[in-house]
Amino acid sequence: MTSNQFMFLLFSAVIVIFSILTVTSRRILRAATFLLFVLASTAGLYFLLKYNFLAAIQLIVYAGGIVVLIIFSILLTSHIAEKLPSASLMKKWPAALVALVGAALAIVVILQYNFPGSVGSTELVDVTQVGNSLINYGKYGYALPFEVISILLLAAMIGAIVLAKKRKD
Amino acid sequence: MFEGVPLSWFLILSTIMFFIGVYGFLVRKNLITILMSTELILNSVCINFVAFNKILYPEHMEGMFFTVFIIAVAAAEASVAIAIIINIYRRIVNIDVEKMNEMKY
Amino acid sequence: MFDFSYTIWILLIPFFLFVLIGFWGNKFKPIVSGIVGCAGLLTSWILSLFTAYKYFFDVGKVDGVYEQIIGYHTLWLRFTDTLYIDLGVLIDPISVMMLIVVTTVSLMAHIYSTGYLKGQKGFMRFYSFLSLFTFAMLGLVVATNIFQMYIFWELVGVSSYLLIGFYYEKPSAVAAAKKAFIVTRFADLGFLIGILLLSYFTQTFDFLTLTSPTGPAIATPPAATFLGMSVLTWAMILIFMGGAGKSAMFPLHIWLPDAMEGPTPVSALIHAATMVVAGVYLVARLFPIYVTVPIALQVVAWVGAFSSLFAAVIACTQYDIKRVLAYSTMSQIGYMMCALGVSGLGGHEGLGYMASMFHLFTHAFFKALLFLCAGAIIHAVHSNYMYDMGGLRKYLPITHLTFLAACLAIAGIPPFAGFFSKDEILVAAYHHDTALFAIEYIVAGLTAFYMFRLYFGIFWGKKQDYHHPPHEAPLSMTIPLMFLALGAIFAGFIPFSHLVTSDRQILELETEWIIAIPSIVIALVGIGVAYVMYLKPTEIPKKIAHALRGFYTAAYHKFYIDELYLYITHRIIFNHISRPIAWFDRHIVDGSMNGISYVTNQASDKIKGFQSGQLQQYALVFVSGAILLALVFIYLWT
Repeated sequence: MTSNQFMFLLFSAVIVIFSILTVTSRRILRAATFLLFVLASTAGLYFLLKYNFLAAIQLIVYAGGIVVLIIFSILLTSHIAEKLPSASLMKKWPAALVALVGAALAIVVILQYNFPGSVGSTELVDVTQVGNSLINYGKYGYALPFEVISILLLAAMIGAIVLAKKRKD
Repeated sequence: MFEGVPLSWFLILSTIMFFIGVYGFLVRKNLITILMSTELILNSVCINFVAFNKILYPEHMEGMFFTVFIIAVAAAEASVAIAIIINIYRRIVNIDVEKMNEMKY
Repeated sequence: MFDFSYTIWILLIPFFLFVLIGFWGNKFKPIVSGIVGCAGLLTSWILSLFTAYKYFFDVGKVDGVYEQIIGYHTLWLRFTDTLYIDLGVLIDPISVMMLIVVTTVSLMAHIYSTGYLKGQKGFMRFYSFLSLFTFAMLGLVVATNIFQMYIFWELVGVSSYLLIGFYYEKPSAVAAAKKAFIVTRFADLGFLIGILLLSYFTQTFDFLTLTSPTGPAIATPPAATFLGMSVLTWAMILIFMGGAGKSAMFPLHIWLPDAMEGPTPVSALIHAATMVVAGVYLVARLFPIYVTVPIALQVVAWVGAFSSLFAAVIACTQYDIKRVLAYSTMSQIGYMMCALGVSGLGGHEGLGYMASMFHLFTHAFFKALLFLCAGAIIHAVHSNYMYDMGGLRKYLPITHLTFLAACLAIAGIPPFAGFFSKDEILVAAYHHDTALFAIEYIVAGLTAFYMFRLYFGIFWGKKQDYHHPPHEAPLSMTIPLMFLALGAIFAGFIPFSHLVTSDRQILELETEWIIAIPSIVIALVGIGVAYVMYLKPTEIPKKIAHALRGFYTAAYHKFYIDELYLYITHRIIFNHISRPIAWFDRHIVDGSMNGISYVTNQASDKIKGFQSGQLQQYALVFVSGAILLALVFIYLWT
């Protein structure tokens, strides 16, 4: 077992375990914390794949931004000590069944499929390269999606403010 | 294969994560936990993109950029969703998804 | 060539009046709509007079023959190259004559109504309907093709329905309106089938093509036969059925007496002078074809003659003065029909045609006059019944004199208008068929009798004690009376045989005194009998009625035709045909529809539970569906 394999399995184990805990924990703040672990481990996977820039974004935006936002709203809407009621079995069983069948189906398909055995590059993706691509509008340039995403974020920000604003009435 | 890690491992991991997210989406009652399940689902998709990019087309960067954009979209979505949740909470002092069924027949 | 395209305005003015008064009438004072209506009609009338002058005395005659001119023409519906319906204005002697008749009587009715209906509810409604009727009637008479005629024919029926039902708060008026509409509609069914037959076999709707001697109907009549008669005969008889319905010929006459429930100007305009002669006009319009099918013409003659006798007998027994006039109308129209039926085409053969049109023309004047006088009398006495009247000549001097003129005209006393036209009809009948002549001769006497029965009964007879002394009608009502009286006196001097004839050439006529003198004599006899019986209250009428008990009662009850129809419709048709159909409709047709809706309702009630509003339930179904689809596409659909 190479070190990479080991690291991958480690991260995977963390991701799977904490994912399960995220969706089963009855204390909501803990669930948010477990989600944070999952997202951080995902960032670890990105590091493993030599996407350092992406991993950094994952940490900053996801772990740093979104999870904080979620925790913030949890604090606004519930008591920390509050335990969520457990879902009824009538809901759990069909959901679990669907999830298992779906997962099984996907895994079987993945294992049956013969992916080409490319080795993959171990090179680090340079930030200069990323930056050039983002503001490039030629081939392999992402200026347009970048701008679109900027506008989307702006719109989301305004929308969130308008929605959450206190009504005057 | 990436330094000994086959592509299928990534895909299986993301599949498991995805269906855990689906399970959470279907089972949890609190709107915020449902939002968290959605984040799990998005994240599993990101892993897929990145792994495909790195192992099948290492000379390109589409998968990576797609992931970047997904993260941005997730951020936007989370902010709007939370604004909505807070709004709902203000109205009915509850964010239990089962209680929000005004749209039925 | 003189341009007659302006004639379309004769129609369009009343139409615009209808729209204007109908939609915006309540914005003004009621009297404004009356004045606007009269002014519009006056314009139409002047245009018609101008057209008549131009046509008859200036440009119409070419080489001694009056031409048929298409004054205005527009393509209306073009379904295919061979099937199309146009609208237009056909100018020929009879249509121009009818333009004069319709606009004159309509104008008189308009003016008269400003006084007659003053202050009544629905004044503007009345004027808008009156304009609609005028428009429809004018469209009918100038129709260039049989389909246009049919369209306006129905419009005339509708406006007649609306006007009969003008006092819609009165149940009898509503019933009369419905009766008129249903009976004429029934007749129009025959008309429509006739049109379809005729046009199917001749490939045209156009009057000019249909009636031209080289046209498809006359030069090459269709060879098909049905039940032993040629298809053309059937078509013409069916078309005559439509005309008989509109013109109240036996046995489709039952609506006309009831139609007197409408306001009196309406009775004068529609149910005396214009609409009811539409049937005569229709036969005259298609006359060249009728001549080629003698059986149909025979039907026209006998139906007309029988109706005239039948109605004249009933008229002698009625007490409602408007009903007497209604039966008299029916009788006179029977005269016209009979005259058409005994006529041939061209020359002296065509005397009946010319006489019929002449009588139509003069009849319009004196019958409208009689009705308007009746309106003035009813206005003064507030009753329709003869036995509530008597000795009115002192109270209503103008009405008295004009009524007398009209009575003399209809009785056929020279030099009043009716004499000339009635005389021509009798001559035509005499030369054609003695039996028909005998009938018409008797009817002439009966006509004189019942008209003067009415006259003496109203204006002489016993003195009545009136609660309020009756007063003469206002000027707006007496002016039309006097105008129409002029028509009733002098219209007979119009040289009609030079203007309107079957072949549109001049017909030289001399009065045949061998017919004229006996007809004057029988009219005088009729008047004399009426004089003896009704000038002073006597016991003679009662004695005669007693002597002829059975016959009198039957005539008084209009020979039980209404009862017969009621029996047929209520007892036979309603019970044995309509009721099973209604049952079928209610239980089978409605039942299956209700069943479908019941099943739908129940099913949706059951499945609406799916729409639970539970987000996670939707998501579960969605995910399971997606997985199922994936399974199907991966493993089953390879």
